[in-house]
Amino acid sequence: MIALPPSFDANLAIDIGLLLMLLAIAGAIVRTRSLLAAIILFSIYSLVSAVWLVVMDAADVAFTEAVVGAGVSTIVLLGAILLTRGEAEKPDWRRLIAPALVCMLVGGLLVYAAMGLPALGDAASPANAYVGRAYLQQTPNDIGIPNVVTAVLSSYRGFDTLGETTVIFAAGVGVALMLGFGPRASLAPPPASVGDQHVVLRVAAKLLIPLIALYALYVQFHGDLGAGGGFQAGVIMAAAIILHALVFGLRETMAAVPPKVARSVAALGVLLFAGVGVVCLMNGGGFLDYDYLFAPSVEKQIPGWLLGDPDHAHHWGQHFGILTIEFGVLLTVSAVMVTIFYGFAGRTVDVARDEARR
Amino acid sequence: MSFILSHLNYIAVTALMMAGLFIVFSSGNLIKRMIGLAIFQTSTGLFYISLGKVSGGTAAIAVDAASPEGKALAAQVDPAYIAQYGVDGVVYSNPLPHVLILTAIVVGVATLAVGLAIAVRVREAFGTVEADEIEVLSRVESTQQGPQA
Amino acid sequence: MADVLSWIGGGFVVAGVLLSVLGAVGVLRFPDVYTRIHAASITDTGGTSLVVLGLCLISGLSLVTLKLVFVWVFIMLTTPVAANALANAAFSSGHKPRVGTFQIMRTDERRKTPRGTDES
Repeated sequence: MIALPPSFDANLAIDIGLLLMLLAIAGAIVRTRSLLAAIILFSIYSLVSAVWLVVMDAADVAFTEAVVGAGVSTIVLLGAILLTRGEAEKPDWRRLIAPALVCMLVGGLLVYAAMGLPALGDAASPANAYVGRAYLQQTPNDIGIPNVVTAVLSSYRGFDTLGETTVIFAAGVGVALMLGFGPRASLAPPPASVGDQHVVLRVAAKLLIPLIALYALYVQFHGDLGAGGGFQAGVIMAAAIILHALVFGLRETMAAVPPKVARSVAALGVLLFAGVGVVCLMNGGGFLDYDYLFAPSVEKQIPGWLLGDPDHAHHWGQHFGILTIEFGVLLTVSAVMVTIFYGFAGRTVDVARDEARR
Repeated sequence: MSFILSHLNYIAVTALMMAGLFIVFSSGNLIKRMIGLAIFQTSTGLFYISLGKVSGGTAAIAVDAASPEGKALAAQVDPAYIAQYGVDGVVYSNPLPHVLILTAIVVGVATLAVGLAIAVRVREAFGTVEADEIEVLSRVESTQQGPQA
Repeated sequence: MADVLSWIGGGFVVAGVLLSVLGAVGVLRFPDVYTRIHAASITDTGGTSLVVLGLCLISGLSLVTLKLVFVWVFIMLTTPVAANALANAAFSSGHKPRVGTFQIMRTDERRKTPRGTDES
């Protein structure tokens, strides 16, 4: 058995330190009654776990957690407490006994079971030695892109990703059905009297929003080569649009990105993803088997100097397939996040209008 | 002691899971429960990632072993270790858990949004988001009004 | 040469971290919203700038340094704006800055005004 390399200890120290911070934050969330404090603490929890994920070599996941947890999650939660209430009732201490006992019992059982798990970082564990290693070894041959996580996500496990994208789309539809599609742009309230109070924010936002959108596209197309991909890019793009709404008012943003467009784009993304799979079917391969994305007649026309190694001609199908479905994921995720935001933000308008009518 | 250290991740993740579960059970406020559920979800993600970590490994993005980056990585690790567990001269962490958790995080926020939308509608229907009061009100409603139109 | 630069870079990173910790201590100890915003934003921007500078020195001339410069520009654009927005929100919601010398309160006085609710 090869001994663990000596650099393990520094990593372990940082890892334990970050986990302790996470535990402290979770404890604070349990204790606080103010929901606004709980939401801010949850946002910090997401950021700290993003740092922990980097320590654990999970670059893509850290990216996603940072954007989703500290960005969209916080916005959606803030929208929810805006529409409900900012404080929780103080629970009677007698209520807490049964949950505490149950949690301790379940926690004890889980810790007992965890003692049988392989040690942290074990390279020979069943999880790391078989399928994981096979993906690392096969990706240069089968797919030919450096980022193995994107390769597994889009190609080897593309079917799962299609399912997840559909789940996100369904969640967006669910929120839109429950909270409304957002008022028409003309019915949203005009932006509050534009004094010079917010000029710094407006100028900075005007500088940043195009940069954020550009960065989203960079992350999208860079997902093959480094950390990135459709999910992260979709959430970053949605963050740019939500920032616009927060700074310039819902009406302006709805004029720029109408709710109808957002919904259609979400559906278009899923259609694109599934459509790529169907094209592969039509060309004689399996569903989402990108080796068959290009019909043989098309592949013959790719010039030799562009093709590179003739053994790896199927890499073209793989690259284009991955690019297309990642684009579909970008469309769906960004549009769904925007739809969810419109649902929550638009509801305050509806509620205010209904209350004014009463 | 080293056994505890090597399994500390799992114990900490279990504690986080139980913190989330405790919030879900004990808090009456629907929104706080959603936050607790979100903590529970992210902690299971942390568990998966802990399983996929390979000591001495790097992120699962292909690094050329001959490049300066590859050489710097190789300098930190025993060559026999690389020979046994590395792929093309570099040791990587397992990419499969990363894939699973990446999509799980985005799906998690989408379902959080659905749960919060339900909470908002409950607030509009009953006037409160405290589970106890909702229970009382819905019982009163069901005895008074009979079947809804 | 690269070794010396790495050590200097490491020193900058440590200095940046210490500055951020000082900022956190300031946020906890300062008496008033505006002073806390001041502590948080200045040390936040300064600390992060030092850390980025240190990392640039450690990476030498490479693509990573270029990306770090972009990160630095982005942070310089956003952190002060965030502090401005925060102070704006505090002012709009009616927080008045506490004026006067900060006196150490007697212990029994302290108990009458718990932390977090003593904004004037």
